[in-house]
Amino acid sequence: MYRYDEFDERFVRERVAQFRDQVSRRLDGSITEDEFKPLRLKNGVYLQLHAYMLRIAIPYGTLSSKQLRQLALIGERYDRGYGHFTTRQNLQFNWPKLRDVPEILDLLADVEMHCIQTSGNCIRNVTADHFAGVAQDEIEDPRPTAELIRQWSSLHPEFDYLPRKFKIAVTGAEHDRAVIKAHDIGLRLRRHPDTHEISYEVSVGGGLGRTPMIGKVVRDYLPKDDLLAFLEAIMRVYNLEGRRDNKYKARVKILVHEIGVEEFRRRVEEEFARLDGPSVNADPAEVARIAAYFKAPDYEVLPATSRVLEATKAANLGFARWVEVNTIPHKAPGYAALTISLKPVGEAPGDATSDQMRLVADLAEQYSQAEIRVTHAQNLVLPYVRQRDLFAIWQRLGEAGLASANIGLITDIISCPGLDYCALATARSIPIAQAIQHRFADDNRQKTIGELNIKISGCINACGHHHVGHIGILGLEKRGIESYQITLGGDATENAAIGEILGPGLAAEDVPDAIERIVNVYLSERTEGESFIENVRRIGLAPFKAAFQEVAHAVA
Amino acid sequence: MAAAPKRVPLPAILLANDLLDGDVVFAVAGANGQLIWTRDPALALVASDDPAAESLEAFAAAELAGNRVVDAYLVDVTMETGQPVPRHFRERFKTLGPSNRPDLGKQAGDGISAGQRA
Repeated sequence: MYRYDEFDERFVRERVAQFRDQVSRRLDGSITEDEFKPLRLKNGVYLQLHAYMLRIAIPYGTLSSKQLRQLALIGERYDRGYGHFTTRQNLQFNWPKLRDVPEILDLLADVEMHCIQTSGNCIRNVTADHFAGVAQDEIEDPRPTAELIRQWSSLHPEFDYLPRKFKIAVTGAEHDRAVIKAHDIGLRLRRHPDTHEISYEVSVGGGLGRTPMIGKVVRDYLPKDDLLAFLEAIMRVYNLEGRRDNKYKARVKILVHEIGVEEFRRRVEEEFARLDGPSVNADPAEVARIAAYFKAPDYEVLPATSRVLEATKAANLGFARWVEVNTIPHKAPGYAALTISLKPVGEAPGDATSDQMRLVADLAEQYSQAEIRVTHAQNLVLPYVRQRDLFAIWQRLGEAGLASANIGLITDIISCPGLDYCALATARSIPIAQAIQHRFADDNRQKTIGELNIKISGCINACGHHHVGHIGILGLEKRGIESYQITLGGDATENAAIGEILGPGLAAEDVPDAIERIVNVYLSERTEGESFIENVRRIGLAPFKAAFQEVAHAVA
Repeated sequence: MAAAPKRVPLPAILLANDLLDGDVVFAVAGANGQLIWTRDPALALVASDDPAAESLEAFAAAELAGNRVVDAYLVDVTMETGQPVPRHFRERFKTLGPSNRPDLGKQAGDGISAGQRA
């Protein structure tokens, strides 16, 4: 993992001192709320429905056991004993007191964490594939790139007041687990077919929100050494030409859409040619220094498949099922990357109590090089687990209610906090997720349905990624009540697609029925081995629309 | 001159978030008749006519300027068993807490039994 150097340490400490002073000036009336709001947002402090909310950056979703324990402590001491992992791999506390925030920031700084750039019109926390460094389909670990971008973008003076927020995601694998096509900039490490050199495919102008767009490729093979200069060129074009007159049209996706990707590309290349690349690009020595922090651990030499694992699986079907669903093959023989589900049926997706955080921190320390990843799907990953240790981990997770075997299945629902917490929300999300989870709680039924991503947002801002859910649910207000619009056919992977609306909005209590009808169409229409999303692509929306309309008409 | 923002239909209550801790607070008449804040929505002063609503608005403006609260605004309510209940579901949640966590927020008595006055 990356460790702060002296500069990082001093920078974060100074920022805490600065914010402590800003809070005290706010409390003594020296600055008004209008003056304070942009300052608190730059430090991750929002005002939500019931209280303040603090959003903590977890760069590219990588945490140490020590850091996770500190988050548990903060949750217990300054919040209500739990936190919420977000779709940007961050953590939010829902109940902090403004007067306590400087203390919390000090505790975060003690473990090399902060809340800088988790809000505001700046380059936000960089996200990455949560299986970075361990996935078999990986070409190169994306974390050194993400860390380089984090350092470059932190308080970059030129990009501190952008037209709107700006999100960057990186993957180094063939299968996109980082939703790069729905980011302002999406980077994919790939090999050049002729030179075999590893380079970046650069996409720009993806995004969800009220105007969902899939990112467009502006450079097929960018040499790695040119990364920062090329990013700087993109940011300059956006900073100068992105709209500042209308916040709903201020994201880079609108600029790319309005002038067209060819023109956008031309302007970026022109700016890139004008830039003094060597003065902007990172010193290779610095790149090597950063990369060294992400060196693979010293793996034990193990057989590809653990006999201990096979024996325990044979003796315990529940465990076997959990291994099948929650682990992926690992780069290193005899190891597994384990996803711990934060989606037990009936709980708020992505919530973890302080006790659960401590347990995961302990398990990571004992079994996974003291490292944890946060996924954009609001789960946690232990990336370096020996297969033979899985049974012990499963038993301990089970005692804490964390052994759900549902990763990628219908109950592994992404959900924003919605109107249960969020001041921007137009409807609740969490109870909808819970109702669907209860409807499909049966393990065998989930297994029969197979991979199906449901994603729920409580407003048009789409923090719950509903546009790219196989089934998306958007909570709105319609004539004074909560109403839910359902979309179908979205995809968050390398086959990125925006879902299409099936019909009129439904009342909350009708949503599980509608989902069930949609699922039943799939079950009756699918061919051997065909997944839900493949089925939707093959047969089209019409049969699903027809089934949906039966529910919509029945309640109309 | 810009038109004055339209007031919500009456009856209405005034709510805000406490600056220091973020808790939702409600305007209520104190012992001497002056307006103060309470954390208990059941005690919120209900304005049923224009002068009462204007008094709440003036209090909101003074308290915002005095840096004691943020996000203060009037909320239209109905009376249910003698207590004001916001008409809109958003503000109903604000007077209760997260619907998925009945153990948290005002519905669980947060900040109410500890001291009713802000």
